[in-house]
Amino acid sequence: MSPVVRGNVEDLEIRLLLDALFHRYHYDFRNYARASIKRRLVQARDQLGFASLSAMQESLLHDPATLGRLLGYLTVQVSEMFRDPGYFRALRERVLPHLKTYPSLKVWVAGCSHGEEVYSLAILFREEGLEERTIFYATDINPAALKAAEAGVYPLDQVKKFTTNHQKSGGRSSLSDYYTADYGRAIFDKSLRSRVVFSDHSLVTDAVFGEMHLISCRNVLIYFDRALQDRAIGLFRDSLARKGFLGLGSKESLRFSSHAGAFTDFVREEKIYQRQDA
Amino acid sequence: MRGGLERAVAIGGSAGAVQALLKILPALPADYPHPVLVVVHVPAGRDNALVPLFQARAKVAVKEAEDKEPAQPGFVYFAPADYHLLVEADETLSLSSDEPVNMSRPAIDVLFESAADAFGARLTAVVLTGANADGAEGLRAVVAAGGEALVEDPADAYAPAMPEAALKAGRGARCMSLEAIASHLLKLGTA
Repeated sequence: MSPVVRGNVEDLEIRLLLDALFHRYHYDFRNYARASIKRRLVQARDQLGFASLSAMQESLLHDPATLGRLLGYLTVQVSEMFRDPGYFRALRERVLPHLKTYPSLKVWVAGCSHGEEVYSLAILFREEGLEERTIFYATDINPAALKAAEAGVYPLDQVKKFTTNHQKSGGRSSLSDYYTADYGRAIFDKSLRSRVVFSDHSLVTDAVFGEMHLISCRNVLIYFDRALQDRAIGLFRDSLARKGFLGLGSKESLRFSSHAGAFTDFVREEKIYQRQDA
Repeated sequence: MRGGLERAVAIGGSAGAVQALLKILPALPADYPHPVLVVVHVPAGRDNALVPLFQARAKVAVKEAEDKEPAQPGFVYFAPADYHLLVEADETLSLSSDEPVNMSRPAIDVLFESAADAFGARLTAVVLTGANADGAEGLRAVVAAGGEALVEDPADAYAPAMPEAALKAGRGARCMSLEAIASHLLKLGTA
C-alpha cells in the first residue's frame, strides 16, 4: 500500500473546492484568510445538506445553481447603517470640508454587501449639501448582494440601531425621513440611490475603473491574506485622486502594507488615510 | 503546515470572567513561553477596557489582538470588542466581522475551533464562568483534535451554565478550581 500523505482531509477538500470555484466560475477565494473561509464552507455544507465538502464541490462543478447558494455563505456580511458612528463623524467634520472644494466627486464603497454603507454615505452627503455633485460607486462580487443593496430594504428591527448610530454620527436630520415602514421592513427612499451606480467588481481580479475622491472599504481586508490585502491597497492607491481619502475598518490598517508610504494618516483613530502625491 | 510554537493556550469566559482571569493571568511570569488567546464576552464598544485592566496587573505582555499578527510567546491577546478572533494555520491571528455565534461576537467557539485546527494536540483550552453555552462546541473540537481541555468547576463559578455545557460537550475535559487552572498553566511553562 502506498503511503498516505498526512494532514487534514478537510483542509485538502477546501483547497480543491476553492480551486474548482476559481477555474469553473472565476471567483477567487484562494487568498482569503483560511480560518474564516473554513467556518463558512462548513456552515454551507451543513445547511445546504451536503455530506462532505467534496460532495459540495461536485455539485458546484456541475450545477451553476449551487454557485449562487454558496456565494451567499462566502460573501454576505452583516453590517449596519452608520456602523462605527465615530467614522462617519470624522468623515462629516474632517473629510467633507476638503471634498467641498471639488466641483464634482466620486465615492467608491468597495465590498458594499447589502448597501448599508452606501446609503449611509448618501444620507451624509445629502445632509452636508454634497450629494448633487457626487457619483457613488457601490461594488461587490456577489450579484445577490448587489440586488439587495439596490433594493434598500432592511428589517425594521435593525433600524433602531441604525437610528442611534446616525444620531451619534452627528446626523442633521431624522433617519425616519429616509424610509417608509411596511410589514416589518424599512424601505429606503429611492432618491438616495439616484446618484449610486451598483456594479460587479472584484478586488482580487479586477482593475481600476475611475478616479476617486473617497474610497470606503471597511471590514473587507480582514478577510484577505497579506498578499491579497496588498493587492487591494495598491488598487486603492491607483484609484485615488491626489489628496483623495481612504477609509478602512476600525481593526484594519496600512501598517503592514508595502503601499503604506503612498498614504498619510488623516484621522488616525478612525483609520482614515490620505493619498499623497505620487 | 505545522507552525513553530511549542504550545498555545486559549481561554474563553463570559459573566464573571474578569474576576476569574484576575486569578489566572497575573500568575503567569513575564517570560511565559506560550501565547495566551482570550475571548471574553463584552458589549460592543470602541475600546476594550480589559486590555488596560490586565496590563496594569499582569507580568506578561497584554494587548488587543491585531489582524494578521503572529501569535508570540509571552503575550496575552484579547479579542477586540465586536470582532471574532481566529488562528490561522501559520499561527497568525485573524479577525472577522462575521455574524455573531451564540449571539456573541467575539465568540469562544470561533476561537477554539480555529485554534484546534491550527494547534491540534499543542493547544490547552480553558472554559471559565459564563451564563450561556458558548465555548462548548469549541471545546468539543479541541478534544477531537487531541488538545487539552480544562473547565472551571461549575460549583465555584460565578455563572455555572457555561462550564456545565463545556463539560458535557468536551468529553475528557478536566473540571478544576481556578487556582488549579492557574498552577496548571504555570506548569505548562516549565515542562
